[in-house]
Amino acid sequence: MYAFTQHRPATVRQAASLLAKEEEAKLLAGGHTLIPTMKLRLAGPKHIVDLSKVEGLKGIEMTGRSLIIGAMTPHVEVATSPVVKEQIPALADLAGKIGDPAVRHRGTIGGSIANNDPNADYPAGVLGLGATIITNKRRIHADEFFKGMFETALEPDEIITKVQFPKVNKAAYVKFPNPASRYALVGVFVSKRSSEIRVAVTGAGAGGVFRVPTFEEALKKRFGAKSLEGLTIPADGMASDIHGSAEYRAHLVGVLARRAVAAAVG
Amino acid sequence: MSATGIGAAVRRKEDQRFVTGKGHYTDDVNRPGQCCAYFLRSPHARARIRAIDSGAAAKAPGVLAILTGAELAGDKVGNLICGWMIKSKDGSQMKMAPHPALAHGMANHVGDAVAVIVAETLAQAKDAAEKINVDYETLPAVTDPAKAQAEGAPQIHEVAARNTIYQWHLGDQKAAEGAFNAAHHVTRLDFINNRLAPNAIEPRAAIGEYDSGTDGLTLWNTTQNPHVARLVISAFVGIAPEHKLRVIAPDVGGGFGSKIFIYPEEVVCLWAARKIGRPVKWVSDRSEAFLTDAHGRDHVTHAEMAFDVEGRATGLRVKTIANLGAYMSTFSSSVPTYLYGTLLSGQYDIPAIYCEVDAVYTNTVPVDAYRGAGRPEATFVVERLMEVGAREMGVDPADLRKKNFIKKFPHQTPVIMNYDAGDYHASLKKALEIADYDGFGKRKRESARHDKLRGVGISTYIEACGIAPSQAVGSLGCGVGLWESAEVRVNPTGSVEVLTGCHQHGQGHETTFAQVVAERLGIAIDNVSIVHGDTDKVQFGMGTYGSRSGAVGISAIVKALDKIEAKAKKVAAHLLEAAEGDIVFQDGKFTVAGTDKSAAWGDVALNAYIAHKFVGAELEPGLKEGAFYDPVNFTFPAGCHICEVEVDPQTGESEIVAWTAVDDFGTVINPMIVEGQVHGGIAQGVGQALLEGVVYDKDGQLVTGSLMDYCMPRAHNLPTLKVDMTTTKSPSNPLGIKGCGEAGAIAAPVAVINAITNAIGTEDLAMPATAQAVWQALQKVNSRRQAA
Repeated sequence: MYAFTQHRPATVRQAASLLAKEEEAKLLAGGHTLIPTMKLRLAGPKHIVDLSKVEGLKGIEMTGRSLIIGAMTPHVEVATSPVVKEQIPALADLAGKIGDPAVRHRGTIGGSIANNDPNADYPAGVLGLGATIITNKRRIHADEFFKGMFETALEPDEIITKVQFPKVNKAAYVKFPNPASRYALVGVFVSKRSSEIRVAVTGAGAGGVFRVPTFEEALKKRFGAKSLEGLTIPADGMASDIHGSAEYRAHLVGVLARRAVAAAVG
Repeated sequence: MSATGIGAAVRRKEDQRFVTGKGHYTDDVNRPGQCCAYFLRSPHARARIRAIDSGAAAKAPGVLAILTGAELAGDKVGNLICGWMIKSKDGSQMKMAPHPALAHGMANHVGDAVAVIVAETLAQAKDAAEKINVDYETLPAVTDPAKAQAEGAPQIHEVAARNTIYQWHLGDQKAAEGAFNAAHHVTRLDFINNRLAPNAIEPRAAIGEYDSGTDGLTLWNTTQNPHVARLVISAFVGIAPEHKLRVIAPDVGGGFGSKIFIYPEEVVCLWAARKIGRPVKWVSDRSEAFLTDAHGRDHVTHAEMAFDVEGRATGLRVKTIANLGAYMSTFSSSVPTYLYGTLLSGQYDIPAIYCEVDAVYTNTVPVDAYRGAGRPEATFVVERLMEVGAREMGVDPADLRKKNFIKKFPHQTPVIMNYDAGDYHASLKKALEIADYDGFGKRKRESARHDKLRGVGISTYIEACGIAPSQAVGSLGCGVGLWESAEVRVNPTGSVEVLTGCHQHGQGHETTFAQVVAERLGIAIDNVSIVHGDTDKVQFGMGTYGSRSGAVGISAIVKALDKIEAKAKKVAAHLLEAAEGDIVFQDGKFTVAGTDKSAAWGDVALNAYIAHKFVGAELEPGLKEGAFYDPVNFTFPAGCHICEVEVDPQTGESEIVAWTAVDDFGTVINPMIVEGQVHGGIAQGVGQALLEGVVYDKDGQLVTGSLMDYCMPRAHNLPTLKVDMTTTKSPSNPLGIKGCGEAGAIAAPVAVINAITNAIGTEDLAMPATAQAVWQALQKVNSRRQAA
């Protein structure tokens, strides 16, 4: 690890101004991606803006028909929250499947989606539920937020404060973990909110999380696993590595989508 | 059986410190004035080192020294060696290339150490390393053993044409040919025994310290055999004479073979410590471990088995290319030869066997012994052929095995080994019962109802342990003898210290060895301490590997105890004023036969030291005896493992749903510890079969360089294991012990593969059988079906 200066702002405004002011500054949320990268000397930010003391970034609440989760809420709180389990159980289930206990106790929803790892679980949940990402500057719909592998719509001094999830009728997340890393080799999140159907896939795409319009169309006719029988997605655009070829990943998207729909229907 | 004697499931004495965080590992040792070593490693698989510019780095804060292969050569530090000379079939000696502790002129694999930076802190050493400019001329590399011998392949070492270290063979080629010519059925298979990274939980570490007052050097090191390390470092590397070098192996957190070998880093720490006059510590990190700890397996094999019309195996032919990596590690040459070819008879009476092994250099991490070492590879060959042979001939795989089992002992195989005892029917029968083999069809139909493919696989394995009779291994090229030593020191108060040349790094010797001593002397187990791992305490020993500590190490202790008892009887005779021949020793009491006169163990121990009852001319005071035990034969643990899997045909995922292990380890000292060893061995074997595999890309970069990509087995990969035993005692050592440390890792991989291939209906499946690999195999089956 290289030497760096650590800042501990108390407000989002202070954090944002540090980000804008200091060169090579990085936000630190749970640190489960950033710190290992720094330890390997693959990243060497000069300034770390630690969000752990910023007030108001943590917590879970139901407001009207929306579930609001603070950006610094660790996965374990989402996984075990009675509110999440009651309102969007699929999201609690997703959070409980992330990494291992250490990761779930330190890692945060804001950190995960800001990093937009192509194999992370949360992007599938955020896109698959059509959530809205609330920052210190604006509200960004999930459809506009994820811009490709490790890329998002966030501006350099923009900080996620909350994520707002609409309550849905049915949802489920099915994950096929990479056996070594436990990231999603492929993960499929499906949801149904009145007429809006979403199928979001993480892990598989070369460009990160994506939706599957053909599956969504088929599910609009009837929201059941049978509606997806025989449907596949092309291997083009899928990621490929020693753990899964593009063909295998594309195949798994179909299998997991059917299983997710079946689970959502119950 | 006493509550703590042989056969009792005594809780491990050493766990008090291990589970309360009081273990004392090499990295827990810190010496006054200690500084840190960091190794700059080659990022290239093969490159000429044109120049190393460390000028700027040398001036960096905290840097004490930057040393390279040139300084090492200048100081005439010797090369690391491989200690088992193997001859090719043409009679020529194996081609051992120089292995300097720091690369000099050429770097031959990614991770090859090119320079060492010694600094006040590790961070300073790492900072300085980034300032070193190495001028590399990158050269083409070869990592695939199957391609290493090709014409035009990069020539890695001058000494080895076509990268071929040796072309070894064993057995009778003509007899095998005859068997195949007369065969009713021949089963042929090609497979790769996948390369594994050992990943002991404690990474390797070393501290070198030089004392200018005594001109002595001390090495704290994560080693399974401190005396062998001292011998090699003094006799071959030449850093210090043997009597001026002390090697201490404190608590060591797992080895699995990878800590047998003498590595560059410990040599460099010693050398650097003397050069700069301060203790030098190096601790590997996990990434470094992947790049430097000797890997295991990596065989490419073609094998065929001939059967007669009755289904009897009449011949076996095996051709293997074994990858030994960029340099020959300490015992690498023996693994694919005498630890492999000699076990190819399995549990079967096969009259003709012929085995050829080519060992090759590649631009990869050196390959050496890893849990099982050669024997898992041999078992994989034999048990795959037996299983597939049965399927091809349409007979039950269990029945085919029964038909071919060796039934009479001793049995001389065509490949050197003389099996002294066993009952293969007994273990198979018991395993089939426990696994409810007859009920498999019903379970398969149940699995089919929830869209799963169920399969069952058998592995009736054998191994040769108790390594090894010194004269025998000497005649086969081994540079050392493989006896073991023990010294039993009885204190005046009757407590006992036992010094052993074995070394424990997870095996529980402090408990099991003490059980043997406590039972024999009739004393409490808490009055026995086991001392090991320090060349200043234990005179000499060969260390722990090859499941040898029970069969060889304990046998040495038993031999020393015989001498202790004999001497103690003499003392007791004086004490009880009786003839020595009338003294009976039982349950910790010396009795004059036919009388009620007796002396307790403690009285005799005390009298041996106070020496009031005898004069020096009659009897020496004291009670301390040593013994060297050289085994008369290998031991032959064997057994039967049965694995049952459910495969999800949609994802290719295999779940092991049942596991039965019935092993014959001879006499068992502590069944709880043995069961633990079986569990661990099976877990590692399942790791090899389903999850683990070192992958290099075509340029020689290690793709599986961390636990993010290299998958170790986890608890959820295993079902509840049903572990049971049958027993035939080894006739080759005093207690009848055979050994248990490697059995699981030997038996398991082929049981898993036999089960999955049974489930999916194709034999074309490589290890690791990941979900993707199984899915791809199923795709091939489906496309073949569609084509047909």
